[in-house]
Amino acid sequence: MAFLSVFSPLIAFFFAFLFGKQLGDRGAQFLTCAGVILAAMCSCFLFVDVAINGHTQTILLMNWIDVGGFEATWNIRLDTLSVVMMCVITIVSSCVHVYSIGYMSHDPAKARFMSYLSLFTFAMLMLVTADNLLQLFFGWEGVGLASYLLIGFWNTKHSANSAAMKAFIVNRVGDFGLVLGMFTIFVVFGTIHFDEIFAVAPEKATVLFNFMGFQVHALTLACLLLFIGACGKSAQLGLHTWLPDAMEGPTPVSALIHAATMVTAGVFLVARFSPVFEYAPDALMVVCVVGATTAFVAATIGMTQFDIKRVIAYSTMSQLGYMFFALGVSAYGAAMFHLVTHAFFKALLFLGAGSVIHAMSDEQDMRNMGGIWKKIPFTYALMWIGSLALAGIPFFAGYYSKDIMLESAFADYTWFGHYAYWMGIAAAFMTAFYSWRLIIMTFHGDPRANKEVMSHIHESPKVMLLPLIVLAIGAIFAGAALYKPFVGGSSHHGADDHHLEVDLHHSDNETEHHNNEHDNDAPVLEEDHEDTTAWNRIGFWKDSIKVMPENDTVEAAHNVPKWVKLLPTIMGACGIFLAYVIYLWGAGLAGKFTKLFKPLHNLFFHKWYFDELYNVLFKEGAIGFGRMFSRTDKGVIDGLGPDGIARSAVCGGGILRRIQNGFVYQYAFIMMIGLICLITWVVFGGMQ
Amino acid sequence: MIEFPLLSLLTFLPLIGAFFIITIRGDSESVAQNAKYTALYTSIFVFVLSLYIMLTFNPDNGGFQFKEKVEWLPSLGISYTMGIDGISLFFVMLSTFLTPICILASWDAVKLRVKEYMIAFLVLETLMIGTFCALDLFLFYVFFEAVLIPMFLIIGIWGGPRKIYASYKFFLYTLLGSVLMLLAMLMLYSQTGISDVETLMQNPVAANLQYVLFLAFFASFAVKMPMWPVHTWLPDAHVEAPTAGSVILAGVLLKMGGYGFLRFSLPMFPEASDYFAPMIMTLSVIAIIYTSLVALVQEDMKKLIAYSSVAHMGFVTLGIFSMTTIGIQGGIFQMISHGLISAALFLCVGVVYDRLHTREMSRYGGIVKNMPKYATVFMIFMLGSAGLPGTSGFIGEFLSLLGTYQVNILMSLLAATGMILGAAYMLLLYRRVVFGPAENRDALAMPDLNSREIGILAPLAVMVILIGVYPAPLTSRIEPSVDRLMAIYQTNIGKTLEPKKATLVDAEPLNDSSEPISLTYKEQAHD
Repeated sequence: MAFLSVFSPLIAFFFAFLFGKQLGDRGAQFLTCAGVILAAMCSCFLFVDVAINGHTQTILLMNWIDVGGFEATWNIRLDTLSVVMMCVITIVSSCVHVYSIGYMSHDPAKARFMSYLSLFTFAMLMLVTADNLLQLFFGWEGVGLASYLLIGFWNTKHSANSAAMKAFIVNRVGDFGLVLGMFTIFVVFGTIHFDEIFAVAPEKATVLFNFMGFQVHALTLACLLLFIGACGKSAQLGLHTWLPDAMEGPTPVSALIHAATMVTAGVFLVARFSPVFEYAPDALMVVCVVGATTAFVAATIGMTQFDIKRVIAYSTMSQLGYMFFALGVSAYGAAMFHLVTHAFFKALLFLGAGSVIHAMSDEQDMRNMGGIWKKIPFTYALMWIGSLALAGIPFFAGYYSKDIMLESAFADYTWFGHYAYWMGIAAAFMTAFYSWRLIIMTFHGDPRANKEVMSHIHESPKVMLLPLIVLAIGAIFAGAALYKPFVGGSSHHGADDHHLEVDLHHSDNETEHHNNEHDNDAPVLEEDHEDTTAWNRIGFWKDSIKVMPENDTVEAAHNVPKWVKLLPTIMGACGIFLAYVIYLWGAGLAGKFTKLFKPLHNLFFHKWYFDELYNVLFKEGAIGFGRMFSRTDKGVIDGLGPDGIARSAVCGGGILRRIQNGFVYQYAFIMMIGLICLITWVVFGGMQ
Repeated sequence: MIEFPLLSLLTFLPLIGAFFIITIRGDSESVAQNAKYTALYTSIFVFVLSLYIMLTFNPDNGGFQFKEKVEWLPSLGISYTMGIDGISLFFVMLSTFLTPICILASWDAVKLRVKEYMIAFLVLETLMIGTFCALDLFLFYVFFEAVLIPMFLIIGIWGGPRKIYASYKFFLYTLLGSVLMLLAMLMLYSQTGISDVETLMQNPVAANLQYVLFLAFFASFAVKMPMWPVHTWLPDAHVEAPTAGSVILAGVLLKMGGYGFLRFSLPMFPEASDYFAPMIMTLSVIAIIYTSLVALVQEDMKKLIAYSSVAHMGFVTLGIFSMTTIGIQGGIFQMISHGLISAALFLCVGVVYDRLHTREMSRYGGIVKNMPKYATVFMIFMLGSAGLPGTSGFIGEFLSLLGTYQVNILMSLLAATGMILGAAYMLLLYRRVVFGPAENRDALAMPDLNSREIGILAPLAVMVILIGVYPAPLTSRIEPSVDRLMAIYQTNIGKTLEPKKATLVDAEPLNDSSEPISLTYKEQAHD
């Protein structure tokens, strides 16, 4: 079962890629869809088996590297964290596969496209089912490759190629951190296998590491390096520049890779390493601050963009920022919760946008849209659902997950927790604003497209709408349905006392106590803990996520003041209202606002000038140095070395004969010198 | 017990093939044809024989196997000694694997003096295998040095327009190094009276002598690797060499330097190795960054790959001179992997060069349309070179960096930037040649791979992925020999080196209660 769920996409990729011609478009589409849907069904089964019935297991497939004490294996690790990811990946991937049949119906290379999607799904599954860092890295780079191939799918387009390269290289910068993090973990722990690392993490909490002459806290260093990797993949501030450009790829790709799954790999990584991060509070602080800042900055940029896909891309980045600050305050469950709900509604939004683009004859600029909601009512409705979920309007999926993250941040009662909370509130306002800006600009107002395009507008075929409905169901119900197992509070009422009581324990006792909590038969220190079933947060996550009791902000989040809970929703509603005021009711207001905040708008519109800065700093820099070194090679090294000698040795015509003669001559000459030296040395050496 | 001299047979079989080719007479057409087939069959037979050797090789034994010893110059104590261990085994395999591929790759490309060309390649094969099997100083020197001659001829006769300059440069550089090595060998011999490599390993010379000898050997091996700053012969040699010449040059000849470090420098001059290791690591890091940047701005496909070779060899020297088991194995694996990948990349360049007769990247572009199969295999090797996990390139790079990280974090960190730059230049190459708008009409008229080209590229592609996913057949054979090497190295250095994990400060509690820091925040919050 586990084997099928991971490898059926690989098999589908293999056949569709190598035998695409023989299979035909239909055959390849059928094969890849079947492979992924099969994987999805297996994953759902595994979810029940592992997360609910508690059959956590690790399946060993094969040895990989076993060199000088360094060991890595191929595994399928099934615990709650990985099966949750597997379900998200395979379900969204199935939707995207089916959707692509319709979306790519005009493209000549259907088999190739479908096979790449399957390859991606496989790599992502390898990533989440890894039992050691190296396999995780395999999946990590594998999804990077698939992303590269899919962004550059239209490979004759210059911009697509540039975007694909940029994605790969920026990700490599992150991977650089991840690799070094892996090295650090290996040096500290002597292993890269998760269970072994997590088992001894508490003991290593006090170890110092000599990092280039500085004594640093080993776990903090390791976690920060891993976090650099996470930043690259998950487009956190600093390494985010590739994500908006990645929108050059076909829209189903953006939905699957650059919204729902791949970009959340960083969140997964941190959650997976929660047993280590818990002992590196400084690293958590950095994660929190970076996440909160990203959430804010990305939202500001999202408000000013005109490309429909870029708006959603920045929104993705912003939502990822939310997840990271939740991780940073140890609310891993909340971050994973948002990851799941976000996967549904963001994939829905992207595919909805794809549906719009498809209808508008490949137009992506919102300035050329408008007034089309009556023509594609179905897509319109689905976009509303997605936006409502994104904006965190009550009872849609995003409401539950976003609120718990913000409350957890507040409940951390640290300066960075509060920073994250307020940044998150500001971002929530902007999120709602740009979501409705998008809806209004795209669907309402007067049509701005030319007649030709307008006359072609049509609702998408059923094969594209069906997956949208599946995702919409997720976007509506996932929040309410998963709330209890993912982030639900403990069953008894005196939660506050419970919280305090736990605080007094020592860390060592706590780990022990924590383990006890998970064993049904072990005596439990706390009062009546009958809640080890899957429908409780602790019983659901089991060992896959570790939170030290005094860091348990998710628990604390249930007890924050009322206003903390209400504020995000109010801000969301305000954002929607403002969008209506500016873009629908008050004509010309948008332009006035832009003028009023000219410098600020410029900053946002130009994405805070990250691209420009990086271009000068790195791209131009690397090429400049390359040119310089290239000249050094020719000028200095060769000039002093062989060419210089050659010039003095050879001149004039008849070079060929002379050189060839010269060789023998020189060879003999050098041999002679050698011999002389040798004899001299032997003679004198012998005399001593 | 006298065993059948398998290694000698393996070594000299190609020479017998070459001899047969010499005897071929007739009109030039049929001579060329017969020469090709003779060369091909010979090299395939040699490969099969080497497979047999690999399979009968005892993976648990770290010492030399298939040993042969015949008195050569008994009065001087010099003998003909052959033998392989886990370190040399795969270099022999690499030589026997790449030679038939080279011969097939030149099937249509070489039209001039086919007979001589094939002879040159077979002779070259003999010498390459001999270099990796020789266990006597002077025997090694003979093979090592003689390799230059056929290679020089291959570049000088069948090379491109600037072949004379290139072959001259190649010869001058390598010769200069190897002369110094010869001197060192003579010195070593005059001091110890021993020329047997195994015995020399057990009896290192006095420490003060080691430094000089090490540098002399280093001069030769560094040029061969090539290490920065003596690398400039390589781009020129590659650019002018015919495709098959580049394949052998990158695939096997460069590995002789790394092999030499492992066979001679480390065990025989342990103290000097230890002393010079920081310098060599620094040079390696410079090589990685410097040549990667240079590769980034190249216009010529072969030049780009040549510079990338220098960078990849930087990982090798880095790994070897980290003096850790992991690092050394990483270095060896990186050499084998680079032997496959760079060879394949040069073959890929050869494929389009045969069609369009230019290596300028700007003359291509958008050929994924008309050459999808080519695009696929090229992609595999491109990614292998960029070190994508799942290809052999990753394992070599990763292990050498990890080994380095254990002893010197800064070096590892700097070298790891090569991962980023490596991806950059390889993707750039691929994008400019294979992707992009289809503008050059002649490039778009090129036909896709024919069955012969698939036949030479597919085995390489399979190998790159296979040993990337399952390297155990290699590492399990390499490891005992590396362990043995490390043991020799450590006994020779006079003291058993502490495993250099100075990076870890032993569990020194931050404070007595060892409470996590976060606790304090919380308590304040609740007060």
